[in-house]
Amino acid sequence: MGFFCAPAFFEEGWKRMLKYIFRRILSLIPVLIGVTFIVFSLLYLTPGDPARMVLGDQATEEAVTDFRIKEGLDDPFIVQFARYVYKAAFKGDIGRSYVTKRPVSDEILSAFPSTIKLAAFSVIIAICLGIPFGIISAIKQYSLFDSITMFFALVGLSMPVFWLGLLLILLFSVRLGWFPSSGFDTFSAMVLPSVALSAQVIAIVTRMTRSSMLEVIRSDYIRTARAKGQTEGKVIWRHALGNALIPIVTIVGLQFGHLLGGAILTESIFSIPGVGRLMVEAIKMRDYPLVQGGVLYVAVAFSVVNLLVDLLYAFVDPRIKAQYR
Amino acid sequence: MEVWHRMKRSPMAVIGLVLIIVLFVMALFANVIAPFTYSKQNLVHAFESPSSKYIFGTDEFGRDIFSRIVYGARISLQVGFIAVGISMFIGGFLGALAGYYGGKIDNVIMRIMDVLLSIPSILLAIAIAASLGPGLFNLMIAVGISAIPNYARIVRGSVLSIRGQEFVEAAKAVGSSDLRIIFKHIIPNCTAPIIVQATLGVATAILTAAGLSFIGLGIQPPIPEWGAMLSSGRSYIRDYPYMTLFPGLAIMITILALNFVGDGLRDALDPKLKR
Amino acid sequence: MNERKLLLDIQDLTIHYETEAGRVRAVEHLYLELGYGETLGFVGETGAGKTTTALGVMQLIPSPPGAFKGGKVLFEGEDLLAKSEAEMRSIRGGKIAMIFQDPMTSLNPVITVDKQIAEMIALHRDVNEKEALEQAVQMLDIVGIRPERAKDYPHQFSGGMKQRVVIAIALACDPALLIADEPTTALDVTIQAQVLELMKELKRKYNTSMIMITHDLGIVAEICDRVAIMYAGRVVEYADTKTLFERHVHPYTEGLFNSIPDLGEDQEDLKTIMGLMPDPTNLPTGCSFHPRCPYAVETCSRETPAFVEVEPGHKVACPVRAAAGKNGKERAS
Repeated sequence: MGFFCAPAFFEEGWKRMLKYIFRRILSLIPVLIGVTFIVFSLLYLTPGDPARMVLGDQATEEAVTDFRIKEGLDDPFIVQFARYVYKAAFKGDIGRSYVTKRPVSDEILSAFPSTIKLAAFSVIIAICLGIPFGIISAIKQYSLFDSITMFFALVGLSMPVFWLGLLLILLFSVRLGWFPSSGFDTFSAMVLPSVALSAQVIAIVTRMTRSSMLEVIRSDYIRTARAKGQTEGKVIWRHALGNALIPIVTIVGLQFGHLLGGAILTESIFSIPGVGRLMVEAIKMRDYPLVQGGVLYVAVAFSVVNLLVDLLYAFVDPRIKAQYR
Repeated sequence: MEVWHRMKRSPMAVIGLVLIIVLFVMALFANVIAPFTYSKQNLVHAFESPSSKYIFGTDEFGRDIFSRIVYGARISLQVGFIAVGISMFIGGFLGALAGYYGGKIDNVIMRIMDVLLSIPSILLAIAIAASLGPGLFNLMIAVGISAIPNYARIVRGSVLSIRGQEFVEAAKAVGSSDLRIIFKHIIPNCTAPIIVQATLGVATAILTAAGLSFIGLGIQPPIPEWGAMLSSGRSYIRDYPYMTLFPGLAIMITILALNFVGDGLRDALDPKLKR
Repeated sequence: MNERKLLLDIQDLTIHYETEAGRVRAVEHLYLELGYGETLGFVGETGAGKTTTALGVMQLIPSPPGAFKGGKVLFEGEDLLAKSEAEMRSIRGGKIAMIFQDPMTSLNPVITVDKQIAEMIALHRDVNEKEALEQAVQMLDIVGIRPERAKDYPHQFSGGMKQRVVIAIALACDPALLIADEPTTALDVTIQAQVLELMKELKRKYNTSMIMITHDLGIVAEICDRVAIMYAGRVVEYADTKTLFERHVHPYTEGLFNSIPDLGEDQEDLKTIMGLMPDPTNLPTGCSFHPRCPYAVETCSRETPAFVEVEPGHKVACPVRAAAGKNGKERAS
């Protein structure tokens, strides 16, 4: 008997699902404009003249003025904003980095794979550790295992990721020399940063799994399953998990989305050429176009992940799926 | 209060509370507890390992790390509470408006929150901190603003569930103004989830602030913010690991304590939980 | 003396829960009998301990905080309390099936109904998956659900139909005993009638013995051969239905019947039994009912009443009223 009741998609279901996706994408647009607006405003208000930052202190007044005119930096805010949105939406052009002169999209796209890999590994580690530990803690509630697991989960949640990263480097790189402390090209280079980043995610997944399982185990249908004479193992595996995993899927997806733009500190410590580090450097350098483009990308990525999580939810929970029949 | 009793049952929550009190004491009486000031340089004694004179050792400028950590407690607590205060009041107020009035106001406010939420909060905090410039105060504002959506959502949820209840109808019938109803009736009933979120929020705020300082945004030297101490100690990690060990430990213990208390509060306030 | 063969014979069963509020005496020295092919109504107010008794028979009591403190549960002559968990698992669903009160939450929301029935079948019969599903669809037909709906999920059914699915699951393996814990309480009155009809029909068809837990004397009159009245963890009166309705003896039973409003009469106030059900952590001494009993005498607060057989097959845990009854007082119904 199937575990996840993989659905057969009916004709009607396809169409409705597509319509739903389309509507979600449409509703993204105002959000993205809003994000752009906020970042634009923040950068506009940031002190420091980007012209000076790019050209250096030695640059002449003329060069500075030229730069400002060329980039349209003296135009009113609304004009600059509108120009940006227009170019981004209709030409796919989100500018060039002030610093490297390369198109922003290139810069970001070359940085994204590293970030995605880092996020993916961290999430995978978190799932492999967090879910089993969460399940066992829930089954053996109040036991020593449960208390210890929850304690460590809390520690993992409380540990600053940059400190953990430094400690890992200290122990495994400096003292033991097992793993490199920077870069992301080889498998062994990915180990330490993924572990550091995953600590919080493991903690969240473990706690979430435990609480979801606890709630499900108290349900009436679990009692029904036992009353059928079902073995406890199957009761947990087939009945409890199938229901408990539904909210966990959401959380994992959200965490993944968050890591896509939020792994900044980890990337800094381990010198990973990802989006987060790119952003920080860009912000420090007042590289406006790169910052704008970057945040836009991150917002898009996060929203896409959210949409995928919602679709996955519909796939997995028949009560939601029924809306698309 | 009954909440207090329920909390006392959890040993971790009690430990957390004790630790936080210790932290407060450290912050308040820093000048009494710390043997040195946080900025006194003493290059002759730079890079000394922990000893009886310098309990946690000294940093690259010969400053006593222990003293800096004690003073750092002051900074961290300030940042944590003020940032959360900002998020709570602005976010809570917006959430209350959205929940109470519903309709267009709700839509607009929640849209704005959606926008804020689609940017990872660290990134948002960094962007705000960068645009405001360096300084402790700006750090607080940056961290505070980035957490507004959380409180807005919680308060809005609470308000929505209370709004339909009868005592609100009664208040309206008597002629109370909307603002009065919001402040006198609705907000007091949302306090439970907000308190839990706030406790955990202080932890997040301290963590975010430390992260920002670690990158170099926000705190100006010689202010002894723990994250900044980690950052400067990073270059010497091979030879003098204690420089990163202690500030990190301080951050972790503080946040752990706050999480203990927050968890304990959440369990104590949850009516469904029966042991 | 009644020499009928007993399918279920509960003797002196005691089940307590250890909670923070104290020790809850859910079931206290309970005696209960059920013959083959009988339907026993198990009547009492909420909190009297009926569900706990049923869960006790199935050995589904959560083990902290619940504990068996004594007694025997003889099923087909064997003590269930002495059986291993593996043996109990084969009995659950196979020999004794139970259906619970709220159909809304009794079914797993993410599994189709045919699979939920098939699971029961596959557990107790030697069939493969395909055959189990086929038999499941047959069960659905028997309870009046069209086979096209076999692949639907529980939330797509109404309350009454969900309960039919629950009944289908319970009867799928033709158990000897069906324990139904207030199966119609959560349903509309009209649906109640339908479900009861279904249960009566199935009971006849399969010759299943049944314990019907209810607080509704109307249902008892409809479907039950015998009745046991429960109060504060004990059975206080036990008789066949007609006898109970016409000649009940125990003061609690009397109170229950009196509180039913008479449609033919003009009544200003509803008659109630004064007082409240006792706190199970703090039961009264002697007879648990004595604080509310209009006939209580001094011994009632001291001695726990034993069963007195006032007529063949009619037992009452009240020596006071049993004696009074013997003196020729007849009760109108």
